[in-house]
Amino acid sequence: MASPSPKSPEQSEKNKQYDRQLRLWGDHGQKALEKGHICLINATALGTEILKSIVLPGVGAITLVDHNIVSDEDIGCNFFLENISQGLNRGAETLRLLLELNSSVQGHAVQEPPEQILQDNPDFFKSFSVVIATSLGEKTTQDLANHLWDIKVPFILCRSVGFLGSFRIQINEHPIIEVHPENEQIDLRLDVPFPTLAEYLNAFNIDDLDLKDHGHVPWIVILYKAIQKWQVTNENKWPISRKEKNEIKDIIRGFIRKDENSIPIEEENFEEALRAVNTALVPTFLPVNIKELIYSSSATNLTKDSSSFWIMCSALRAFIEAEGKGKLPLRGVLPDMTASTEHYVKLQSMYRTQAAIEAEIVYRKVQEIVAQLHCDSISDAEVKLFCRHAYDLHLIRGTNISSEYQMGTVASYIAGYLEEPDVMMVHYILLRAVDMFRSEHCRAPGEWEPEADISKLKTCVSKLLSDISCSPFPKDDHIHEMCRYGGAEIHSVSAFLGGCIAHEAIKIVTKQYKPVNNTFIYDGASTNSATFTF
Amino acid sequence: MGFKKIHIIDMDTIELSNLNRQFLFRKNDIGLSKAKCAVEFVNKRVPGCEAVAHHCSIQDMDEGFYRQFHIVVCGLDSIVARRWLNGMLMSLLQYNDDRTLDQSSVIPLVDGGTEGFKGNARVILPGMSACIECTLDLYPPQKTFPLCTIANTPRLPEHCVEYVKVLQWGKENPWGSSTTLDGDDPQHVAWVYEKAQERAMKYGITSVTYRLTQGVLKNIIPAVASTNAAIAAACATEVFKLASSCCINMNNYMVLNMSDGLYTYTFNAERRQDCVACSNSTRTMEIDCNATLQAIYDKLCEDRGYLMKSPALMKNQFESCEIDIEVRTQLKDTYAEK
Repeated sequence: MASPSPKSPEQSEKNKQYDRQLRLWGDHGQKALEKGHICLINATALGTEILKSIVLPGVGAITLVDHNIVSDEDIGCNFFLENISQGLNRGAETLRLLLELNSSVQGHAVQEPPEQILQDNPDFFKSFSVVIATSLGEKTTQDLANHLWDIKVPFILCRSVGFLGSFRIQINEHPIIEVHPENEQIDLRLDVPFPTLAEYLNAFNIDDLDLKDHGHVPWIVILYKAIQKWQVTNENKWPISRKEKNEIKDIIRGFIRKDENSIPIEEENFEEALRAVNTALVPTFLPVNIKELIYSSSATNLTKDSSSFWIMCSALRAFIEAEGKGKLPLRGVLPDMTASTEHYVKLQSMYRTQAAIEAEIVYRKVQEIVAQLHCDSISDAEVKLFCRHAYDLHLIRGTNISSEYQMGTVASYIAGYLEEPDVMMVHYILLRAVDMFRSEHCRAPGEWEPEADISKLKTCVSKLLSDISCSPFPKDDHIHEMCRYGGAEIHSVSAFLGGCIAHEAIKIVTKQYKPVNNTFIYDGASTNSATFTF
Repeated sequence: MGFKKIHIIDMDTIELSNLNRQFLFRKNDIGLSKAKCAVEFVNKRVPGCEAVAHHCSIQDMDEGFYRQFHIVVCGLDSIVARRWLNGMLMSLLQYNDDRTLDQSSVIPLVDGGTEGFKGNARVILPGMSACIECTLDLYPPQKTFPLCTIANTPRLPEHCVEYVKVLQWGKENPWGSSTTLDGDDPQHVAWVYEKAQERAMKYGITSVTYRLTQGVLKNIIPAVASTNAAIAAACATEVFKLASSCCINMNNYMVLNMSDGLYTYTFNAERRQDCVACSNSTRTMEIDCNATLQAIYDKLCEDRGYLMKSPALMKNQFESCEIDIEVRTQLKDTYAEK
């Protein structure tokens, strides 16, 4: 039998390859990822495991900075090295095997120590979307952190020793428009219906409908009618309290049709209306964090160098103060609900149209600002996306990693956690102590003499603790355990962290989903983790 | 990490859409057995490793096969397959004369799964800690659309695709009545996409896309390299702990969520003392005295505590109003379908 030949073109090769992730961050997220350039300093097992999960989804380019020569231990714990790699440059060898994963990723290896690059060519780091470093000495950590902070390039500092690992994200300012919240706040405006909606809702008469149509009235209409009925005896107030909401529910129950024996007929839409009372009656409001954003100095004092995010925030403020009458632009999304096709599609298009109108007003304001400032233009689509997610806008303002090495607010933050012996903060101190041990003894604790190193590591821990005015740990268990690790990387622990860190880098590059703010500690032995904000 | 003897079972072949998260396969490998390819790659990359491939389904292997291992790790894509494997390892348990467990017959199961930016990893010690059957209620129920909505009052693009899939395909049989709809056949997907678009247009519904059509047809679960890497690594760490006894295993269920910051939570999923799979005891199910055999059968299939597929009922004895029925709980038989 002749096969029907559909007219629609098949998906492109790339769409097929990335299908499962495009469903998470969309074509525009993928485009941003493909423009991304990630720099990795030190191709340890942790470093290559991070790049593995960045190369597979198709980042634009990676650059490995590593001057080390491949050792036996490297081959033992790093999947992206082969026996024949021994004696060769570690960055170049791992790069070769990493690039095999995805032919569309560009790769470079730089065989110079990061200290030297910082000294000779600090501009080298300017072109990266994110710089990730593993196995970095204490001094280089601070120098690099300071430099990347100054040039505003995001930095992720990573550690993996034995069963312990951590990463710290340093980012000056990171606005996120698409947060992808688990539960999106619904925005129906039943308390302040826009003209077309008010007209539609008022014209609806649910009493006259036959039973079939009655069971297909969208719950929005049911809720609106119930509130109107309630308002007649309640001075046009808006139901807020639990008692008032229960009265609304009683009115809705009264709407449900009864059979000949006066038993209520099961109507799915009315059940939905009853369930919606608790969530959909929240009055339309301007969230506090959004208010803070639009009135922050970055949004009120725009300059030619202001980012598109702040320009849009400024336009948003102008909208809220004028046309919006104190409210955000309409989200324009109708939640799914039992309804006839006609009612649902009608309502949906009303919400969409109104949202488009309001986004258009914001867009015009953006254009005015752009013209005044003579800065780069901002597209219509960008503004639409911004308005659609205006309720969930999120801004992360980070701190410099170097602040962890100084007395001050960070020290008292750490001390606060150590008072109530928080084991994950203890792990943070241990990882820092390992860094200190390395700078003092040029090797990892326990690498040669596990027993003798215990007291040396203990000295490092004590010094760190006294710097932040904390008393020493009551027990030495964790110090013994750390010396037992001997600085070795456990591949699966590094692989776990690698997956997590790659994910954070992708969040930063795509500007979608909220990254960790700002420190993550993992203990593979107890399968425990914690997030701290330094 | 030093494991040398590994057997890999996978019935699937490599597809282009796997490559965004699979680091052992290349474009040249598309169409080849996943198990064979993985084994070849790992044996080449890791000197001394002696991995063995089995290009078949887990159900093709018998008790004798599974009995030879110290640890089983799984990253299966369905609850049915997990329950089958769980049932298999339970059936290998031996009990002493005093009904206590013979611990030498316990083969630990390490299980991992992901969906988008979320995942979980767990360690199951058959007969000793919570098994898949003990925690069936942790799996969310599958989302379905009522047939009357699909047929009469569609409002979402998904409804239009479901209509073409459930009703229109069987009526029109575009490739003849012997050809069933195959979500992996791009021609089939394109046909459904067009018909769904026509239906959407008729009803004024927007946003039927090729991607959405394919997602509904194949029930696609989003997947990304990073989440999978983290969950796979968490499983590997537990396998390492089991094999080396270097420290105690996670107790016993870890959830991971990477969508808002990074969050992990490890908890002790509790055993059901009357678990039909792992407890070596009987469970009493309360039924109405007037219940028909069909009602009992339906309850076994639909109740979230059982969710059985074609259970077999056997009569043991009659005692006035009480009926004692033995339900065969050899899950590896009842869940034979994939």
